Amino acid sequence: MSSPAQAANGEPVINVRDAVIRFGPVVAVDGVSLHVRRGEVFGLLGPNGSGKTTLIRGLCGLVELTQGTVRVLGYDVQRDAERIRANIGYMSQKFSLYEDLTSQENLDFYTGIYGLTVQQGRDRQAQLIEQTGLAPYLDRRAGRLSGGWKQRLALACALLHEPQLVFLDEPTAGIDPVARRDLWDLLFRLAALGITLFVTTHYMDEAERCARVGYIYLGKLLAQGTPAELKHLPGVNIPGTRWLEIFCTDSAELLERLRARPGVRQATIFGQSVHALVDADRSNAALGLEGLEVRQGEPTLEDVFVTLSRAQQKE
Amino acid sequence: MARVSLPTAVSLQRTVAVARKELLHILRDPMTLFFSLFIPIMEMFMLGYAIDTNVRHVRTVVLDQAKTQQSRILLESFVNSEDFRIVREVQTPWELSQAIVAGEARVGIQVPEDYSRRLDANQTAQILVLVDGTESSIAAAAVNISNAIALRESLKQLMAQRLSETLPVEARPRILFNPDTRSANFFIPGLLVVMCQMMAVMLTANAIVREKENGTLEQLFMTPVRAGELMLGKLAPYLVLTFVEFCVITFLMRTAFQVPIHGRFLTLSLIMLPFVLTMLGLGLYISTRASTRDASMQMSMGTVIPSIFLSGYVFPIDSMPPFFYFVAHFVPTTWMIDAARGVILRGAGWAELQTHALVLWGMACGVLLASMLKFRKRLT
Repeated sequence: MSSPAQAANGEPVINVRDAVIRFGPVVAVDGVSLHVRRGEVFGLLGPNGSGKTTLIRGLCGLVELTQGTVRVLGYDVQRDAERIRANIGYMSQKFSLYEDLTSQENLDFYTGIYGLTVQQGRDRQAQLIEQTGLAPYLDRRAGRLSGGWKQRLALACALLHEPQLVFLDEPTAGIDPVARRDLWDLLFRLAALGITLFVTTHYMDEAERCARVGYIYLGKLLAQGTPAELKHLPGVNIPGTRWLEIFCTDSAELLERLRARPGVRQATIFGQSVHALVDADRSNAALGLEGLEVRQGEPTLEDVFVTLSRAQQKE
Repeated sequence: MARVSLPTAVSLQRTVAVARKELLHILRDPMTLFFSLFIPIMEMFMLGYAIDTNVRHVRTVVLDQAKTQQSRILLESFVNSEDFRIVREVQTPWELSQAIVAGEARVGIQVPEDYSRRLDANQTAQILVLVDGTESSIAAAAVNISNAIALRESLKQLMAQRLSETLPVEARPRILFNPDTRSANFFIPGLLVVMCQMMAVMLTANAIVREKENGTLEQLFMTPVRAGELMLGKLAPYLVLTFVEFCVITFLMRTAFQVPIHGRFLTLSLIMLPFVLTMLGLGLYISTRASTRDASMQMSMGTVIPSIFLSGYVFPIDSMPPFFYFVAHFVPTTWMIDAARGVILRGAGWAELQTHALVLWGMACGVLLASMLKFRKRLT
């Protein structure tokens, strides 16, 4: 078996093979295999209840695997969960720091928990406070911070021990767009330092920014790859069909009309345009699109995930 | 590279970090701190002043049908004992029993018309004593005292006939340690133990559930902190707080309630340590089992009942049926109350308390071990 030293070279930072996590009769994670490479920003997408959080918990040894193997940072999660935990950062979906403690007290607590010496702790805190811009909020109780600042504080706490890998479970859920963008900028700066990030999200634009993306649905990982690879999956680009991007003034009305037409397999609104998957043998005229601006489209990530989910539902 | 050393033995640094954080929680929540210190003291004043198990001044109605000098002497002896207080004289037997039914009196004494005649004729003169049995302690005392009074009156009669001045046998009970048989002396040492127990259990029962509810436990599980460190760190501040409470109650017991401490305070504190640890461990065990704060509150209330009723706090364990007498020995409170009364009232020292110490340390180790085994760094 490979040692942690080898992991630094070749082995993926996360290597999951046929992982199954079962809670009684419920199969929360159903035969997932995936790998994440060093320094990569890996995005895990999927609807609520699809098993994203459970999978992360399984990767950290917080819930037991029913089957399969999980290796994180070169350690087997079943045997060496503590070693893994010493080297990963984790930011949960819900704000999970102590709301009655100030930002500084939360940082101090985790500094102690991660076993940093006084000097190490002081240096590292100063560095993180600068990176996250938390300085003005250090004496404020964590419960009174806004959503965005809570996330920054949580991230700072998760990074104190300089982890090589950070799990972020829906880090941007419920925070405003500006804070969302700032957080992602921060995440990319971390990735540039060689830290591997495993992020779950609902947002398609966030998925587009990830180096690689996995899509999990009802516990099954339906696809993984770069966003570009996913858009060219055979299951999404069915032979004999084409993707159209149609611009119009009343997209809602157009959507209704398209969905009623034969030969239209899927149609969704994207702002001012409608995205549609149609049979290739139907002309624009046959679809009633004369006079509208029609572009040959490629599927968006959302199209990909909708198509994959529908195919899975049919099974 | 990561600077983190690999988790090895129990780390003092991590334990201290947890204890420090837990202390901050306590200080940030002054209401909980206030109530957990103040409520027991209030309860102590209520119980300490209200409870008196000594039966005195039992409300009594009398029906004197004889109306002779002898009958008046007899009734006076009831009043003079201070155990009875005559609230009314009635004229008919019906009124007598009605006064008891209505709750006006607990005891009814009927002296029959032929009382003096029979006495003079050297026959047995009977008096009827009706006792309300609904309050068993009063009933028992009333029966005993009226028997004693009747016996004394009989002796007087016999002695008068034998012209003898002295009684052949006399028992001279001497009550040791609590000569005035003050109820406070009996209750407050027990109360001290029960209050410290409730505080220790209730505070720690919240300690882990709170983190479960807030989701902070999940975050902690993702760090190298060990279950043992987490538990020790959480126990320490509550141990200190419970001992503060212990000192306050002991001080009030000595000053406000004038209960003398015959033994040494240090002895009491030292025997208190394994008891408080047992209770903190019990609270932690509850905390690891319960998934909500409400559930943990219910469970900790559940531990209070046996420790009040089976510990000898209110009802002496010696008068329990064999089964419950046996069960009572598995309740830590039983041992601690006995030890507390021993030190405070009887001046017991280490020589007398070895068994108590041994049993309580055994229980403390057992409970703490059980809660540590129960507490795994796993979510379910």
